Amino acid sequence: MKVVFKRPESMTENRMHYCPGCGHSIVHRLVAEVVDELGIREKIIGIAPVGCAVLAYDYWDFDVSEAPHGRPPAVATGIKRVHPDKVVFTYQGDGDLAAIGIAEIIHTANRSENISVIFINNTVYGMTGGQMAPTTLLNQKTTTTPAGRTPQVAGYPIKVCELLSVLEGSKYLERTAVDTPANILKTKKAIKKAFQIQIEKKGFSLIEILSACPTNWGMTPKEAVKHISQNLVKYFPLGVIKDTTNEN
Amino acid sequence: MHKKKVLMKGNEAIAESAIIAGCRYYFGYPITPQNEIPAYMSWRMPQVGGVFLQSESELAAINMVFGASAAGARVMTSTSSPGISLMMEGISYIASAELPCVIVNMMRGGPGLGNIAPAQSDYFQSTKGGGHGDYRLIVLAGNSVQEMANLTVEAFDLADYYRNPVLLLGDGILGQMSEPLILPEPPANKKLPPKDWALTGAKGRKKNVIRTLWLHPENKLELHNVNLYKKYEKIKKELLKYETYLIDDAEIVLIAYGTSSRAAKSVINKLRDENIKVGLIRPITLWPFPEKIINNIANSKRKFLVIEMSMGQMVEDVKLAVAEKSPVYFLGRAGGWIPNEETIIKKIKEIK
Repeated sequence: MKVVFKRPESMTENRMHYCPGCGHSIVHRLVAEVVDELGIREKIIGIAPVGCAVLAYDYWDFDVSEAPHGRPPAVATGIKRVHPDKVVFTYQGDGDLAAIGIAEIIHTANRSENISVIFINNTVYGMTGGQMAPTTLLNQKTTTTPAGRTPQVAGYPIKVCELLSVLEGSKYLERTAVDTPANILKTKKAIKKAFQIQIEKKGFSLIEILSACPTNWGMTPKEAVKHISQNLVKYFPLGVIKDTTNEN
Repeated sequence: MHKKKVLMKGNEAIAESAIIAGCRYYFGYPITPQNEIPAYMSWRMPQVGGVFLQSESELAAINMVFGASAAGARVMTSTSSPGISLMMEGISYIASAELPCVIVNMMRGGPGLGNIAPAQSDYFQSTKGGGHGDYRLIVLAGNSVQEMANLTVEAFDLADYYRNPVLLLGDGILGQMSEPLILPEPPANKKLPPKDWALTGAKGRKKNVIRTLWLHPENKLELHNVNLYKKYEKIKKELLKYETYLIDDAEIVLIAYGTSSRAAKSVINKLRDENIKVGLIRPITLWPFPEKIINNIANSKRKFLVIEMSMGQMVEDVKLAVAEKSPVYFLGRAGGWIPNEETIIKKIKEIK
């Protein structure tokens, strides 16, 4: 008999706590598959964020650290400076990375810290119960924008890849989504590319992943996936936003 | 090796002593009056193959310390009062994750932006928490450039031995003034526990996780709190540093630490010439606090005078230690001022 599908070695057998339709479980698995394929399980160190994905360390079978809210890039910097030959990545949500941690991500990118960032953009705070995030779409209803986000009160959704693209230090920025099988495969490819860039010591990379939060969007998993395909990608265009890894 | 006497600013002596202690990672953000530490580290660290990184904020600095410590390295940051306020979040996480590191606070006047003059008004913040949750820092406070240098080397061993952050507490004077000193020897190779918890890649072992979140319904957080408490009790038993000066027959015992203890000590012999029997207890560990020695010598014939460069913070711990066995008086100056000899003598004669 031939094995065609199995749990990646870099994943534990723990049952995930994520809601049905949540994108975290998909991306956790993609990270683990990439780690297996690159053979770096024994040299990778991840940083889990404050938020739903803090428990990523229960699901990945490699070294992981927590970090205070928004500070994973600073913690990753400390780890990477001590272990420049290990592969260090942060896994961050939109509240973590684009609100409370915007200073840390900008300066870490600007230093071209040789780390990879997996940035989950689901346009909402998950764990605290669906508040407005910096990436919340205009008119999107959240528990803190009950009538929908208006620019007059709450400004505009932040496009993180585009924001970071103006920094010399950011070397590879790509936005993907986990709404279709094709896009999930593209996401895996992007994560792999980010880790490879780091292994080749080419500097800072970030993969922004549009991901569903059906619970806080008030949608079924099916509707949530459609919401990504129909609405999110219009404001947050998919594709490679910046790639200077081939320049010297 | 370093036997020759050198003249150094306190800040520079601390920086060099950290290098002697084997610290190879420094992360910090500019703030007066400790800027000589990052400036020194910026050229010295590359010389010894270490890393100096000027962070974008104190928030980032303390979290870089978190990361480097989690990775198993000896690491230090330094700042001054407003910067410590910003680091308090990270310090709470570091204490919970039991990550060893050394944090220097060269105190300046507060609250708010205050001023850049020396002060001791961060005593509460240093010894009572400051950040959220049940945790303790080991707090070391010297009163000379030599002692700050010696304590710096010791701080790294204490941090590794107890897996606890250590706060080295000075002030603008101790940081800025130059004094002759003999640079300390490297740590005496005290038996330190292996850092088998550090993040180094899960090679040939199970994965390591550095965490502070304990959501489990089976009460793991309380267990964590109890374990931390046990560690703190152990530190209290094993680590206590203070200096006493002429306390046996003293009718008035001065209690002061750091810079203000120099002013306090300077009046003792003068007053003894006038047959006023004064002595001094100088806490060097502010946490754990030398409460037993204070309680042991407290009685109805003795008076205590606490002298601080604040409006009265350590005095509360002295009162707890004295437990109403003696009267406790207070003399403080704020805003960058130090109680001078005249003021101290006047106060002693008032309460005598």
